[in-house]
Amino acid sequence: MTERKSDSHELGSHPDWSPPASTVGVLGWMRANLFSSPLNFGLTALGLWLIYQIVPPIINWAFIDAIWSGDSPDACRNEGGGPKAAACWIYIDHWFNYLMYGLYPKTEQWRINSAYILLLGGMIPLFIPSFKYKGWISVFLLFVFPVIAYFLFAGGSFDLAIVETPLWGGLFLTLVIAITGIVVSLPIGIVLALGRRSDMPIVRALCVGFIELWRGVPLITVLFMSSVMFPLFLPEGMNFDKLIRALVGVALFSAAYMAEVVRGGLQAIPKGQTEAAGALGLSYWKTMGLIILPQALKMVIPGIVNTFIGLFKDTTLVLIIGLFDFLGVIQATFTNPEWGGFHTTGYVFAAFIYWCFCFSMSRYSMHLEKKLHTGH
Amino acid sequence: MSEIEIQKPTKEMTVSDDVMIHMNAVHKWYGEFHVLKDINLTVNKGERIVICGPSGSGKSTLIRCLNRLEEHQQGQIVVEGTELTGDLKHIEQIRREVGMVFQHFNLFPHLSILDNLTLAPIWVRKMPKADAEDVAMKYLERVKIPEQAAKYPGQLSGGQQQRVAIARSLCMNPKIMLFDEPTSALDPEMIKEVLDVMVELAQEGMTMICVTHEMGFAKTVANRVIFMDEGQIIEENEPNQFFDNPQNDRTKLFLSQILH
Ligand SMILES: Nc1ncnc2c1ncn2[C@@H]1O[C@H](COP(=O)(O)OP(=O)(O)OP(=O)(O)O)[C@@H](O)[C@H]1O
Ligand SMILES: [Mg+2]
Repeated sequence: MTERKSDSHELGSHPDWSPPASTVGVLGWMRANLFSSPLNFGLTALGLWLIYQIVPPIINWAFIDAIWSGDSPDACRNEGGGPKAAACWIYIDHWFNYLMYGLYPKTEQWRINSAYILLLGGMIPLFIPSFKYKGWISVFLLFVFPVIAYFLFAGGSFDLAIVETPLWGGLFLTLVIAITGIVVSLPIGIVLALGRRSDMPIVRALCVGFIELWRGVPLITVLFMSSVMFPLFLPEGMNFDKLIRALVGVALFSAAYMAEVVRGGLQAIPKGQTEAAGALGLSYWKTMGLIILPQALKMVIPGIVNTFIGLFKDTTLVLIIGLFDFLGVIQATFTNPEWGGFHTTGYVFAAFIYWCFCFSMSRYSMHLEKKLHTGH
Repeated sequence: MSEIEIQKPTKEMTVSDDVMIHMNAVHKWYGEFHVLKDINLTVNKGERIVICGPSGSGKSTLIRCLNRLEEHQQGQIVVEGTELTGDLKHIEQIRREVGMVFQHFNLFPHLSILDNLTLAPIWVRKMPKADAEDVAMKYLERVKIPEQAAKYPGQLSGGQQQRVAIARSLCMNPKIMLFDEPTSALDPEMIKEVLDVMVELAQEGMTMICVTHEMGFAKTVANRVIFMDEGQIIEENEPNQFFDNPQNDRTKLFLSQILH
């Protein structure tokens, strides 16, 4: 450490000193952040006490006392037959296939797994900074992959057996609804947002009407109406798949929210950007696509991801129109006379899985924000 | 059919083939507010026009009408033989030939400097990317900042940004350049570097219309100085006459204020 002397230095000849010890290192950090004042000290103590109260019981429940092995549900039950006050992981193990795929036939589940592998395999290169063909991969994931996935899941061609949608379920169904909703709602939302800012009164009125209608109705109502009222408007004998109706409902519902998020971004872009693009001879669509939207979307990434996360969790509502998504199949297991009744374990597992997906989305959005930052 | 309609007014109004811009009795309103009143202006090829006048007199509005960033409601504006009407085709055609430099640069912050310059040539002129980059580097060298090509606008100083903005316009190979107070958002030491680029451009014979209060620049390069007040052209003269011997009282007052 450099010795501190207050002797004077010639102009421009001052050597670099290391910072005072009290501002660096673990001790410095703790002093500055945890114990800088009596109030801060008190809050730190309170925080530690709360952690002590909450964390050990959770660890006990989930790991130490938890039942990890055994073949029968009795391992998780007390003498009286009630469930033990600890996680019953063998229950999850027993139902695992059902939770992941619903009633999708076991012999056909390789189709779902192939699609997962294809999707993940496509997404990994997107995280590699030096990878050059990100654009093509994105086009593949957005436009080609859904078609492949549809033929894989539904079957009926290429020698694949038909699997009716009522058999789709579990985490698989949740992902189908969520990913379709996410992929469809963003472009529709962008178009609606642009329409709402259009100079053409009819276009504007249509977009405003659409957005306000869908935003003003609860998703539950949308889903109910899609399963009860929709068929009334359809010609006799024409019967839309229940899943498709739910998909359309969820996607349009999210699109209305997405439109408002995107509009917020569009409004934040200075008028000078449109003018500069126009002055260079760019048409409206080129101006939007090359100049305005890239900036606006980047600005509202947190809002977009927020909407995605909301959508992901809202998919659980399809339960009420009789689709067995991830939460639906968990609840269905509760009624099983032999292996049922482990509500706490089931719900905690559900919460954990939902949290994992939502947290990943949140992290990815932060990664994206950092990557796209160009210093303005 | 439509071609004949376009050509006709041009022929009538064109004094010579060298007329680049012709404004004939142009009026414009913002709501009730009459912002441009009976503007008549002809700019010939290679002419350099400086427009000055007090704040709010309509200078920006006037030059923004020339590439239809603002719409005029009465009178005619003919640029390069094409009349500006609501027709989007004509507007885009004119905008390709008319470059504009803004007070606040308006570079695209999400694109690198090079991409800022190549965007319009690639997407509007359909130039191959490699060619567009060659052209871009040529103009970056002309404005003396080729080493900044890979940076983003947010990393450049104001003077550098404005020079990039000029280079960006030049990449479209425009026949006319419009400048709206290009130096008034800049610190004094950066004004000169931008003015130098503009003087060089003027010496190469570019047709230029500049809204500026840089009187040194006006004296050096302008063929004509136009003084505007309250939406009207009050006085129009060649620079020496304009500065040494202003005719109108309002011009005298304005000049005494900015020249001290
Ligand atoms: N979009 C608009 N809507 C309504 N009024 C406007 C609009 N733009 C400009 N004005 C008004 O029109 C007048 C002329 O504006 P303009 O920007 O052309 O002035 P200017 O001569 O360029 O002034 P400055 O030197 O301050 O840039 C001003 O009084 C201004 O308030
Ligand atoms: Mg102005």
